[in-house]
Amino acid sequence: MKLTPKTATLLVLAALIALTPLFFPSGYYYRVGALIFVNGLSVLGIVILTGYAGQVSLGHAGFAGIGAYACALAPVHLGLHPALAIVLGAVISAIMAWLVGRPILRLKGYYLGVASLGFGILVSMVLSNERWLTKGPDGIEVPDLGLRDLLKDMGLKLANGEFWYFFSGICLLIGAWLVLNLYNSPTGRALRALHGSEIAARTVGVDVAKLKLQAFVISAVYASVAGSLLALMNKFVTPDVAGFMHSIEMVTMAVLGGAGSVLGAIFGAGILTLLPQVLTVFAEYEQLMLGAVMMLVMIFMRDGLLPSVLRKIRGRGE
Amino acid sequence: MSLLEIQGLGITFGGLRAVHDVSFKVKPGEIVSVIGPNGAGKTTLFNMISGVYQPGAGKVVLSGEDVTAMSPHLLARRGMSRTFQNLQIFQGMTVLENAVSGYHLQERGPILADLLGLPSSRRRARAAEEGARALLARVGLDRAAEREAANLSYGALKRLEIARALALQPKVLLLDEPAAGCNAVETEEIDHLIAEVAASGVAILLVEHDMKMVMRISNHIVVLDHGEKIAEGDPATVSRDPAVIAAYLGTEAEHAHG
Amino acid sequence: MSELMQFLLSGATVGAVYALVALGFTIIYNASDVVNFAQGEFVMLGGMTTVFAHAAGLPLPLAALVAVVATSALGVALNKLAIEPARGAPVVSLIIITIGASIFIRGAAQLVFDKQIHRFPAFTGDDPLHILGATILPQSLWVIGGALVVFVALWLFFTRTLTGRAVLATSNNRLAAQLVGINTNWVMTLSFALSAGIGALAGVLVTPITMTSYDVGIALALKGFAAAMLGGMGNPKGALVGGILLGLLESLTAGYLSSTYKDAAAFIVILGVLFFMPQGLFGRKSTDRV
Repeated sequence: MKLTPKTATLLVLAALIALTPLFFPSGYYYRVGALIFVNGLSVLGIVILTGYAGQVSLGHAGFAGIGAYACALAPVHLGLHPALAIVLGAVISAIMAWLVGRPILRLKGYYLGVASLGFGILVSMVLSNERWLTKGPDGIEVPDLGLRDLLKDMGLKLANGEFWYFFSGICLLIGAWLVLNLYNSPTGRALRALHGSEIAARTVGVDVAKLKLQAFVISAVYASVAGSLLALMNKFVTPDVAGFMHSIEMVTMAVLGGAGSVLGAIFGAGILTLLPQVLTVFAEYEQLMLGAVMMLVMIFMRDGLLPSVLRKIRGRGE
Repeated sequence: MSLLEIQGLGITFGGLRAVHDVSFKVKPGEIVSVIGPNGAGKTTLFNMISGVYQPGAGKVVLSGEDVTAMSPHLLARRGMSRTFQNLQIFQGMTVLENAVSGYHLQERGPILADLLGLPSSRRRARAAEEGARALLARVGLDRAAEREAANLSYGALKRLEIARALALQPKVLLLDEPAAGCNAVETEEIDHLIAEVAASGVAILLVEHDMKMVMRISNHIVVLDHGEKIAEGDPATVSRDPAVIAAYLGTEAEHAHG
Repeated sequence: MSELMQFLLSGATVGAVYALVALGFTIIYNASDVVNFAQGEFVMLGGMTTVFAHAAGLPLPLAALVAVVATSALGVALNKLAIEPARGAPVVSLIIITIGASIFIRGAAQLVFDKQIHRFPAFTGDDPLHILGATILPQSLWVIGGALVVFVALWLFFTRTLTGRAVLATSNNRLAAQLVGINTNWVMTLSFALSAGIGALAGVLVTPITMTSYDVGIALALKGFAAAMLGGMGNPKGALVGGILLGLLESLTAGYLSSTYKDAAAFIVILGVLFFMPQGLFGRKSTDRV
């Protein structure tokens, strides 16, 4: 069988997830790995929205916030199982994305940016201010997903860190599989076409407004599910999950690594997740370094780290 | 019966009358050329017909339906397709992908099927790819199929755009300077291609600077100057028209006939 | 009545600051199509540099001058080092570059200055003035007056001077401007210097009222950006009206509805404007060229 880029990407990803733990010096690293995977999952949505369709959102953390608080609130107030709360969060996020995006995505340029930014800030404000429901800025506990206990009953004992590492790794694989399927599909091609030339895409019959909206809604669902997983993993969530900086983080992760490629975006998520962990020693310099990295990569490697590096390697091979 | 009917079309930009009261008709299988000096409003006229600009006055009628100012993607569904004067290639895609994109209306399906990679989605994509490969062969680009479109020569990209436009299997095809930047051999190839497409019953509307080509292949010529129609008729009539010679052929006829 | 007057006055003060930030966005956007999210950091730098220069012994007017000049220089550096090398990059890359610049400047400010909250004395004392039953700080008049002076000066610059017209020409059509011999790179440098200087001036004017610290920039950038969009991106008149409107709106919301949601009101109105008037209040409609 011919190894398609899709299969190759999934194999590399699966191998990384399965083999990296062999080199973990301590259990702490499972947690860092899980965090990378969850961030990677939310960034996959940005791959569709920004990498494929070329649209910029500055408020995707709003959807992560909806997903996260759905898992905190729905089990307590509605008696939903946390797994169903993930679904509920995703549905609410999809509806919100549809409502916000529908009028906006007919416009071009910065308008989606500013509208999504406004939306994200509204969500984080509601989460901070409605203390009766969300307990405010200090955050709220999130119930256990219960899946680890289920596995234990079935005879598979995993430490909490290990469980979340593999569970979020599997979620990331599924998420990547979907995004990769889309790439060469009719819809994916149309999305990339409107990125290349919106006017030409329209003349070949692409309903540009509808397609952008679909990309926006799907990426919102990705952010929402990732937000849910983050909350369930930490068993705690604060309104920061919906904050402006988190939105910027998502876009930066994707674009830094290479928004057009699944591996690149996940790579970007890895780097930006690890950076603060590595820099804890230099906590004072964290912002300085982060800002410098963002600027330097965008100036010197426009397609993002991974595609630029790969091209260099290939260029040498020829 | 005419397939495409332009009735008194006009538009102004910031007080400037770019196109004023232009009317003509195109029948199936007919090649109608719009000519005129630079800045005569040819491309603006194309942009109004294809829904990129909203006309300030007049009507565009396609197969008897008023399609004035209709969005390009709806016009595409009704059988109108076009190329662009300054190329609008999909950057970051291969030549093949660009051509396949022309099959959007045929290959599109539920996004969920595409996300899940269902067999139906792959079947749609495969059918479009087969069609695109055949089209690329027809315009002589089959061997460049897997290359990045951005790396192609200008003339090759012109042909790629024609292939993409043909992928829609249009009833009306608008070609904006298809031979610009092409050498003599390439121009002749495009020439044949256009004649062939017209022979299959497609109505063709052409803007072109290569006068030899226009005179050779057009059934009917519309001459614009300063946004207004100053003459129309078959190539022989138009090339003898004093107003046309004064406005236009006087400067370029030497190249064309000399 | 006096209550309303009070809200209007405080709204106009905040609005004047938003208007100046929005103006900064507008100038850079017109010259280069870049939305500079580091605009808020210029305001922060204006305030912080004045604080530290003043503490180091410089008289306040001189400290303020140093702050404005230094920030302008930083604006030029930002353009030369980060924006010019990235010319032609996609919108999302430019957004990340300017946000990166904003984070970088914030990080640097936290090291060079400190993490404390600062202020310096108001220019003409802190005794409130009474207008129609409401009170206003003299410094508020400085802010509002300063903003008006900046807008009038800029209007004169754009309409009466050759350099100003060159900037306008560049914003209308970069290529055409180059063809008639305008040095568009120089226009960009000038625009960054101008908009950084205006930002810094806003910081100098408002710090005695709102105080400042290394992290005030981001919120100001978001509000200023929102005000610029509300007025219509790229239009200086829109920046003025958008800024003032936003300030009034926030202050009225805080006064009559809920102070916790004053920021929310601004963003709700902006969403509304985008839904119903996508070009903003004074924006021009763009036409595709193909």
